[in-house]
Amino acid sequence: MTSVTNDLVSATAQKDPPSGSRRARIPRAPYVFMVPAVALFVFSIAIPILYTAYLSLRTVKVEGLGLGPGARTEVWAGLSNYGRTLSDPDFLSSVLRVLGYGLVVIPVMLGLALLFALLLDSVRVRATRFSRLVIFMPYAVPAVISSLLWGFLYLPAVSPFTHAAEQVGITLPQPMAPGLVLFAIANIAVWGGVGFNMIVLYTALKAIPSDLYEAARIDGCSELQIAWRIKIPIIVPSLIMTSVFGMITTLQVFAEPTVLRPLTNNISTSWSPLMMIYRDAFTRNDIYAASATSVVLAVATFVLSFGFLRLVQNRAFAQENR
Amino acid sequence: MRRTLRGSLVTLTVSALLLSACGGSSDSDAAAGDEPRKPGEKVELNFWSWAPEMDKTVEVFNEAHPDIHVTVNKQDGGDPAVTKLLTAIKAGSGAPDLMQAEYQALPTMVGAGALADIKGQLGDDVQGHFAEGTWNAVTLGTDAVYAVPQDAAPLMFYYRADVLEKLKIEVPTTWDEYAAAARKINEDDPKKFLGTFSSNDAGLFAGLTQQAGASWWGIDGDAWNVAIDSEPSQKVAQYWGGLVEEGVIDNTPMYTPSWNAALNDGSQVGWVSAVWAPGVLAGNAADTEGKWKVAPIPQWNAGESVTGAWGGSATAVTSQSKNKAAAAEFAAWLNTSAEGVKALASISNVYPADTQNSAAALSEPPAFFKDQPDFYEIAAGVSGTVNSFTYGPNTNVAYSAFNDAFGKAATAKKAAAFGEALSTMQTQTLEDLKANGFNVK
Repeated sequence: MTSVTNDLVSATAQKDPPSGSRRARIPRAPYVFMVPAVALFVFSIAIPILYTAYLSLRTVKVEGLGLGPGARTEVWAGLSNYGRTLSDPDFLSSVLRVLGYGLVVIPVMLGLALLFALLLDSVRVRATRFSRLVIFMPYAVPAVISSLLWGFLYLPAVSPFTHAAEQVGITLPQPMAPGLVLFAIANIAVWGGVGFNMIVLYTALKAIPSDLYEAARIDGCSELQIAWRIKIPIIVPSLIMTSVFGMITTLQVFAEPTVLRPLTNNISTSWSPLMMIYRDAFTRNDIYAASATSVVLAVATFVLSFGFLRLVQNRAFAQENR
Repeated sequence: MRRTLRGSLVTLTVSALLLSACGGSSDSDAAAGDEPRKPGEKVELNFWSWAPEMDKTVEVFNEAHPDIHVTVNKQDGGDPAVTKLLTAIKAGSGAPDLMQAEYQALPTMVGAGALADIKGQLGDDVQGHFAEGTWNAVTLGTDAVYAVPQDAAPLMFYYRADVLEKLKIEVPTTWDEYAAAARKINEDDPKKFLGTFSSNDAGLFAGLTQQAGASWWGIDGDAWNVAIDSEPSQKVAQYWGGLVEEGVIDNTPMYTPSWNAALNDGSQVGWVSAVWAPGVLAGNAADTEGKWKVAPIPQWNAGESVTGAWGGSATAVTSQSKNKAAAAEFAAWLNTSAEGVKALASISNVYPADTQNSAAALSEPPAFFKDQPDFYEIAAGVSGTVNSFTYGPNTNVAYSAFNDAFGKAATAKKAAAFGEALSTMQTQTLEDLKANGFNVK
């Protein structure tokens, strides 16, 4: 997620360079400057992707008992790994589960983030800086740590909430029961994600020139109407961007369910697609099936994020396309 | 804005791919011969192990052997170490000379060409130090020897002596008595359980079926067979499923903060575990020191004396080692010599698989059981009664299938669901073998 922050900063800071001043000869310097970035891209992104794609077309063929040297050879598998992935009921149900999880996480997380951003931006709120920090703080806690913390809070035997509720005679529902476990995981993601999204939206709100508000007030607009009719429409591009990031992190949910899994019977080793990839690659030592599933997941993420962008493009980037 | 946004999306999406790209491709073509040793030259060996204080145990060897120096590289535990080793083997370099390997991982590692056959480098007397079932686990029933057994882990029954005494319950010697005791304890206090069924611990369940006479894999000529869904395993699954359905034992996993708390505050008053349990109890249930006792595991038929195993490991020499003879010499010293076995038991606190020297090495009971001076006599009594059991080349697949299938069954709290979970495991394990091209019967 840090790379997201960096990208965001550069995305908001970057302005189109002034056009014009064409030169006759082709300069060499720009290409030299590009070398580090291209090298990084090739070695840390392009080659691993190509290698993954290659592995996804391979498989191990075992002879006889599979014992002793030379009993296993790597061979071409064609698209059979993809066939196995796409017809695996575990994979399909993990995809559906994660889509359901996204339907919970993204609206709640963005709704809260928007609410907090608007509240912080409104003139009446005091202690803005402190509140901003407090809301942002959970984002600084790594997902593994926050999942462990929440895991302790969810387990009835060690949870202070259960203990306190018992003192007053209330039995709390178990958060990691079969029907609730999805919400228990979603809660951790929301807790950690609201702060980051709030900062993005808040920054966008701060960029709105305040004379717009003055004009609205003179026309008799209430604060609520300003928020609804001016602020939200103007920050729609930021909302869309945070939704896309939300969708991508949803499809890749891994740390939270992986940390909670050993604590309960109700999270399987293939709860999310990425957990299934991890299981195949590192528990079952089947790197080939895992590669195929990775490619499928990456393509799905691509299609989903760009599909969403296309859908909302006109609205979101209207001012840029003018 | 749009372009940069797209750019960062590409970067993000792409990082999903990177995760799976950590493995190598070419299988190492194994076993280059030992490098010739010059006289007076010191051999450096690397040893991956996760046993506590193994570096101090190895120090004893290093002092007595000026020409060999072993360095311990501490590992996180069984499964992560296996993954690391298999990756190093695929990459062609980076594997240690010696590796602590759990018995159930040996077929997987041998199948990947990760381990050397050290039969030629070991003395003829080595085999005589171990029980037949233990030795079988390192030969995989073939003519080769892939490791020297290090520690054994026979199942035993741990119980809170004070709780059983208070309720006037005799220590159960059969599973029927265990069930009756569990009912009585839970009836007296619905928050107290004599045990839990853990869907996280396939190894324990395998050991319980081993006691009942199951062997999940088998070699039949040049083909594997899978017998996870067999009559003895079904008996075990139905038994525990029945207790869970009745609600007289718990259904939440072991090794969670809640289970630790339950051991410590006295809501878990029994644990079917292995000989290494005192270390876990001392760490998780410090408040109950002196209240626990150990007994042989309950039997299916009164008067019998058989058990299974949960864990245990061997010392293997990897196929990438350039000093296999020296490595085998160390493995034999650690696990069969009087000094090695004593160091293993007293410094690293493991229960040695060796049967000749371990009695001398284990004179004192573990600190947490200091009131039970015959702790190791009981352990020695049961360690010879471990049923034989064959692990397969895809034990990890079966184990992860166990997690998912029995997790569902434990939540459902139905004995019938436990039976179905077992057949799910059987199907998935068999399908995986077939998909990889193993000969299967």
